[in-house]
Amino acid sequence: MSASGAGAAEARRYTKKDFESDQDVRWCPGCGDYAILSAVQKSMPDLDIPKENIVFISGIGCSSRFPYYMNTYGFHTIHGRAPAIATGLKLARPDLKIFVVTGDGDGLSIGGNHLLHVLRRNVGVTVLLFNNRIYGLTKGQYSPTSEQGKVTKSTPMGSADRPVNPLSFALGCGATFVGRTIDRDIRHMEETLKRAAHHKGTGFLEILQNCNVYNDLAWNVVYEKESKLQHELKLEHGKPLLFGPPDDRKAVVMEGVMPKVVSAKSVPESALWIHDETNLNAAKLLADLWTPEFPIPVGVLTARPAPTYEEVLLEQERRAISDRGPGDIAKLLVSGDTWKIE
Amino acid sequence: MQSGANPDGATWRKGCAPGLDKGKGQRSMSETVAPVKGTEKPRKGLERAVIRFAGDSGDGMQLTGEQFTTESAWAGNDIATLPNFPAEIRAPAGTLFGVSSFQLQFGSQRVYTPGDRLDCLVAMNPAALKVHLRDLKPGGLLIVNTAAFDKRNLDKAGYAQNPLDDPALAERYRLHKVDMTGLTHEAIKDLALNTKEKDRTKNFFALGLVSWIYTRPLEPTLGWINKKFAKSADIAEANTRVLKAGHAFGETAEIFGEHYTVDAADMAPGLYRAMTGNRALAWGLLAAAERSKVAIVYGAYPITPASGILEELAMHKRFRIRTIQAEDEIAAVTAAIGASFGGAIGVTGSSGPGIALKGEGIGLAVTAELPLVVLNIQRAGPSTGMPTKTEQADLMQALYGRNSESPVAVLAPATPGDCFYVAYEAVRIAAKYMMPVIVLSDGFLANGSEPWLIPDVNTLPPIDIQFRTSADGFFPYLRDPATLARPWVRPGTPGLEHRIGGIEKQDVTGNISYDPENHDHMVKTRAEKVRRVAQEIPPTTINGPATGDLLVVGWGGTYGAITAAVERAQTEGKSVASVHLRHLNPLPPDLGHILREYRKVLVPEINSGQLVRVLRAEYLVDAVGFNRVRGLPLASEEIYEAIVQLIGSKA
Repeated sequence: MSASGAGAAEARRYTKKDFESDQDVRWCPGCGDYAILSAVQKSMPDLDIPKENIVFISGIGCSSRFPYYMNTYGFHTIHGRAPAIATGLKLARPDLKIFVVTGDGDGLSIGGNHLLHVLRRNVGVTVLLFNNRIYGLTKGQYSPTSEQGKVTKSTPMGSADRPVNPLSFALGCGATFVGRTIDRDIRHMEETLKRAAHHKGTGFLEILQNCNVYNDLAWNVVYEKESKLQHELKLEHGKPLLFGPPDDRKAVVMEGVMPKVVSAKSVPESALWIHDETNLNAAKLLADLWTPEFPIPVGVLTARPAPTYEEVLLEQERRAISDRGPGDIAKLLVSGDTWKIE
Repeated sequence: MQSGANPDGATWRKGCAPGLDKGKGQRSMSETVAPVKGTEKPRKGLERAVIRFAGDSGDGMQLTGEQFTTESAWAGNDIATLPNFPAEIRAPAGTLFGVSSFQLQFGSQRVYTPGDRLDCLVAMNPAALKVHLRDLKPGGLLIVNTAAFDKRNLDKAGYAQNPLDDPALAERYRLHKVDMTGLTHEAIKDLALNTKEKDRTKNFFALGLVSWIYTRPLEPTLGWINKKFAKSADIAEANTRVLKAGHAFGETAEIFGEHYTVDAADMAPGLYRAMTGNRALAWGLLAAAERSKVAIVYGAYPITPASGILEELAMHKRFRIRTIQAEDEIAAVTAAIGASFGGAIGVTGSSGPGIALKGEGIGLAVTAELPLVVLNIQRAGPSTGMPTKTEQADLMQALYGRNSESPVAVLAPATPGDCFYVAYEAVRIAAKYMMPVIVLSDGFLANGSEPWLIPDVNTLPPIDIQFRTSADGFFPYLRDPATLARPWVRPGTPGLEHRIGGIEKQDVTGNISYDPENHDHMVKTRAEKVRRVAQEIPPTTINGPATGDLLVVGWGGTYGAITAAVERAQTEGKSVASVHLRHLNPLPPDLGHILREYRKVLVPEINSGQLVRVLRAEYLVDAVGFNRVRGLPLASEEIYEAIVQLIGSKA
């Protein structure tokens, strides 16, 4: 399965190195973005797409420097607008494989409207949202995913706003692919990246990412070894929702219309919640699970086939041409009411 | 509602005849009386006439005006139209702010404007009479639908007494009281339609009557009815009968003593069609896509008065055009920029408030050096302002309305039909110079129409777009020595993978650069690139003597009013010329020289003085503004008066 039919057959075999640009990477030492960059570069060869057919589009923020470091086509645009730029590009060039790189501020604050619409339209682009729950490039103000009460330079007595959950937001917008991964879990990140990139339509992937300067260890619950073992729920299609250490496995099951955590041993196999990526309602429930009451789901919450925006529009174009032939401006100019002056 | 505020604004009071009749002084209805044949009523020949149909939003006045326009086009007249309607979709019936009107001027001579003052007003209800009567010339023809003058409608229009009962009205105007509603119902009483459906056809009674008064052919309207209502025979029959009933009423009723003819105008031979500004912009883009063989992606968010362009383009999917109705104005411009990055021509269109939102995006296209065409259909502001009313107050916004040094090319069409050529030229310049081009149309041009001589598309200048494909010596900001344009590369081209963006770049390599000298160099380079567009500008056309007392300089939709005023002054022997600027940035290279050939310079604009500031700053000339900002086109009469006044003044 190729993401966009972007010339898979002719692709030569690439290595990670082919996707590294000649630019010096300028993130802070220790930034989670390095791991993401590396994982993306490493995943690219497996897409089987000629690299000249790949485009990275970004907005503004630390994450948005990303295109400069990829040896593909790239466009570092303006704050929040990358999904809209990508939509125009995809409509003009449906043959290209397009990635949008954004962050929690770029994607969910200033660009929230565009993220909504790229998702509901199901434009064939892959959206990577680096979520570090803070504004890094502007030096440490709270972000739309910061927890309520967050003390930052702009909120010395704590932030008043409640955070938005990127996964619930995406699902609410009608996203056909929603996933979550972690910058410190390289293998999982690579796997999930490829799944998102291969999705036909908008592949939305939240990457929990560490800002070691302004919000260090915001995701420690899934970083610290013991905590990760206790709280991380790795989603796998067709497998039950089980998590926790081997000697204390727990299950997420449904009780009425509410999810509930129980000891895995306490329920019969038939009562387990089997993860089904095609079930949108189940994905919506999963998106809201969080510690301490629940585990933190990572992986693919949903992946559902649906026609893409560009497919629908191009089909209309084909139909218009097959019905009435290609446009001819000279004929158009003399169509309808005309009159001659001798 | 507030006193004095009405949909048309309190205007067009000054002056009298339009004064467009070359060498014949001021008069409107006169001239020869045609020989009377048999019992036919006498028929007077006119050179021109100005008519306004006015009624409730639901009375179908726009359609009536459009049909009358088509009939006049058939009659071979030159025409200019002015539709005027409230912003409310269905304004409450009978109210002053719910009045909708359609004005046109048609003539056997060149017609530059829809006319200043009316020869004939058709008022379908009291509100329409109240709003529009002030524009009717003394002695003008006033036709009212008496059935609508009931207590309820009179109250809504704020009339304590029925104005039709005031003898002064009939003394001042040639008043014709016609029960159009009653006569309409009478004509179709046997048809199986309900009262509301029957009522709706009364506008065609008015159309039939006025068509008789001005000897218009009914064929185009009859043809239109049959086509439009092909699937509902009763409605077609009703409209046909009512149209003919109105026509016959003029012929037979005792009250109309005479009627008029307006001979065909002496126009350039060829095939003509009616053209509105918005459609012309859309078709100009289609022509550019066809000639350049490069697809156009049009991103837009619905906004009055620009939405018509999106709707028009969306109908033409067979052409190389793809449209996006974006989630907002910012997405509309950025989607267009994304398309340009992909090797299509990105175009966006809006009106002032939307252009304000696009500012940052336009800046991105400036620094990324990508082609982008931005259509601004200017409307009255600030903020929401008066969305359906015209203005030309966004010139400074186009020139400077972005952060930092952000130069773009700016073009302005002069007439509805000219929009076709300007849209085409905007694409050509944007692609050739790799830069944004802003087109300043306006609400008057957008909705107004004129008879348009259909061009041979092969005579349009070629749009030659070469995408860079060679990796040999490639850099993203290498520059063409003549245009300073950087290479345009389509993603998908092997070996040319590169990154661009909004951060300042080193020239040639395109690498991020914070170097002070490089930034200074890039600021100057982007400005110089825009200046080089001057090599595309043909010598300026001067309407009048090459040297003299006064030069009138205009731009955009005021072309007709200025030209009419200047030609009138010229026929009176005044030493006046005019130039009308299509290129507002850069300005024509010969303009500075031309300005110095006249003692005085007058700049009429529908703003508080924007071009006049540019001219004064650019050329150190003591140009004087003539500025009225009412949401309406300038009247040629008032420009004429300004000309006379300025020539007469000593300073």
